[in-house]
Amino acid sequence: MTTASRPALQQRSMSLSRFVIYGLLILFAAIFLIPVYMVLMTGFKNPAEVSISTMWQFPSSFSLESYGQALQVLAPGLTNSFLLVIPATILSSVLGSLNGYVLSKWRFPGANILFPLMLFGMFIPYQAILIPLVQFLSSIGLYDSLPGLILVHVVYGLPITTLVFRNYYAEVPNEMLEAGAIDGCGFFGLYWHVVLPLSLPGFVVVIIWQFTQIWNEFLFGVTVAQGTPTVTVALQNLSGSQIVQWNVQMAAALLAALPTLVVYILLGRYFIRGLLAGSVKG
Amino acid sequence: MIGQSRRDRLIAFFMLLPSLILLGIFVYGFIGSTLATSLTDSSAMQRLVGTPANNVGLKNYNDLFTGLLDSRFRTDVVNTVFFTAMFIGVCLAIGMLLAILLDQKIRGEAVFRTIFLFPMALSFVVTGVVWKWLFNPDAGINVLPTVVGLPKGTFRWFISEDQWLQFNWQDLPVIVVYVVLAIVLIWALLRWSRTRGTAPALVAAGTILVSLYLTLGNASALRFPNYEVKGFNVALIAIVVAAGWQMVGYTMAMYLAGLRGISEELREAARVDGCTEFGVYRYVVFPLLAPITLSAMIILGHISLKIFDLVYVMGGGDNLYIDMPGLNMFFETFRGQQFGRGAAIAMVMLIMVAVVIIPYLVSSLRSQEKNA
Repeated sequence: MTTASRPALQQRSMSLSRFVIYGLLILFAAIFLIPVYMVLMTGFKNPAEVSISTMWQFPSSFSLESYGQALQVLAPGLTNSFLLVIPATILSSVLGSLNGYVLSKWRFPGANILFPLMLFGMFIPYQAILIPLVQFLSSIGLYDSLPGLILVHVVYGLPITTLVFRNYYAEVPNEMLEAGAIDGCGFFGLYWHVVLPLSLPGFVVVIIWQFTQIWNEFLFGVTVAQGTPTVTVALQNLSGSQIVQWNVQMAAALLAALPTLVVYILLGRYFIRGLLAGSVKG
Repeated sequence: MIGQSRRDRLIAFFMLLPSLILLGIFVYGFIGSTLATSLTDSSAMQRLVGTPANNVGLKNYNDLFTGLLDSRFRTDVVNTVFFTAMFIGVCLAIGMLLAILLDQKIRGEAVFRTIFLFPMALSFVVTGVVWKWLFNPDAGINVLPTVVGLPKGTFRWFISEDQWLQFNWQDLPVIVVYVVLAIVLIWALLRWSRTRGTAPALVAAGTILVSLYLTLGNASALRFPNYEVKGFNVALIAIVVAAGWQMVGYTMAMYLAGLRGISEELREAARVDGCTEFGVYRYVVFPLLAPITLSAMIILGHISLKIFDLVYVMGGGDNLYIDMPGLNMFFETFRGQQFGRGAAIAMVMLIMVAVVIIPYLVSSLRSQEKNA
């Protein structure tokens, strides 16, 4: 091999490996999008045109009828989910922020033991608390109601929101708080004037995470609030019934997924941060 | 440490207190209550009549693992083990492959990343509804080849009734004991070959004696009472595909974050030392990604041990080929009204998850302490 031909050869093998890399990426992207393609094609077809033999083909006419039908069935579920998600997300984020502030800046003896005990709550299989949970909610009159479900999501959201804020506030230099303390700020003053103004990105991560989690949750919804079905429970009821056409089922699946999908596409960066925070190491 | 004022420190503690009390009750109090219920014969009948539940000790647990009528739970356990292994394997392998591909300074990287990650934003219920249709043997994926003129697929996906790797559940304790003995023996021999100490030699001799004792006909004492064939239910492949579709992006994101943390200088140094591009991965990148692999295995593992919604939507608890403990607990408790047995299943699930999560939590917080 002469020295002159070597870069040329490398060039060629480089472009070959680029070809393989892009080829694999496009192949995987296509596989990942198969369900999306099917859902979109099915949902936009005229219901009369829907049949299994042509399920993978483009619609010959564009129709929103499936979505109309799906929306009719799913509307109460969507409403319930919004009524659940908004207060539950706000409450668990605010509590998480306060907890994170205390645990990162006001460490007290025993905090090193209490924190992992709090975190354990986000890993348990919720089956292990369901029976007493239902009894407890019945005894305080919140069983089978949205306020009960809100309470449940706030409590079991506390570990993750606390974790994210604790790690986030750990990055805030102590000097900033010390300066505030010299200016005469106490616990709340420091939180209000120093910590909270820096918290916006933390809140974005936590709010997106909680919104997605609570919107998508199913087990609590199906056990604690059957009477006020959330969107996932409504979708399952619809898909489990024999009479609903599958084009309506696919349209309903898309409608149920839309809010979290929009959030993900607009604010994906923060979504991924929440995702990675869930693996504890922050 | 800020805030020397004792008053502020007290306020800080009192601000945390409500959360501590809530989690104390809702996590630990409730787990204690479930544990208590699992030791009784509590059921709707007993509550209706108003008599207190009888304490039955470990009977519910005993029934789950050996009772003649509880074969369903054993199927669930076997399903969980196979599902967990395949799910973790798929997510790690494809997640790492995608992360490495995306780390090659790709044009349009953000688009690819968005495509691989968007299923993470969906509910398992949405995933289940869509894939249930895609896996319908008469429609969906099976029809896809006909688009290009190929014959229809015939695999029956999540309603397939085939079973591979069959074994007798009776033999499980024996199998487990042999595996544990083999691991201990290998460990002791390795130890002995290094230190030549008496302790590892004694351990090795002990394990050999015990396995001889078992092999010479004394193993039958360990076996469960009822003959029962279990195995890998092929239908689980469908659940692995659907769950993998949803969670591969998660491992990809973790690996990608890890890869971005490995400096170009480090890789360049390896190249200067004569590493091929493959060698750079073999000797530099993979070892540095090992802790991420461990974290991902634990997170994915605890998700698959708890899996409920996806299987509920795809099987609804009627299809035992894809049944899982989480569903069994739900139906036992909320349909069958057998609270004692439901609670026992829940406690077994909790123990499985705790075994994986507690060491992880402790070690990961300890390393955080060290870095702080």
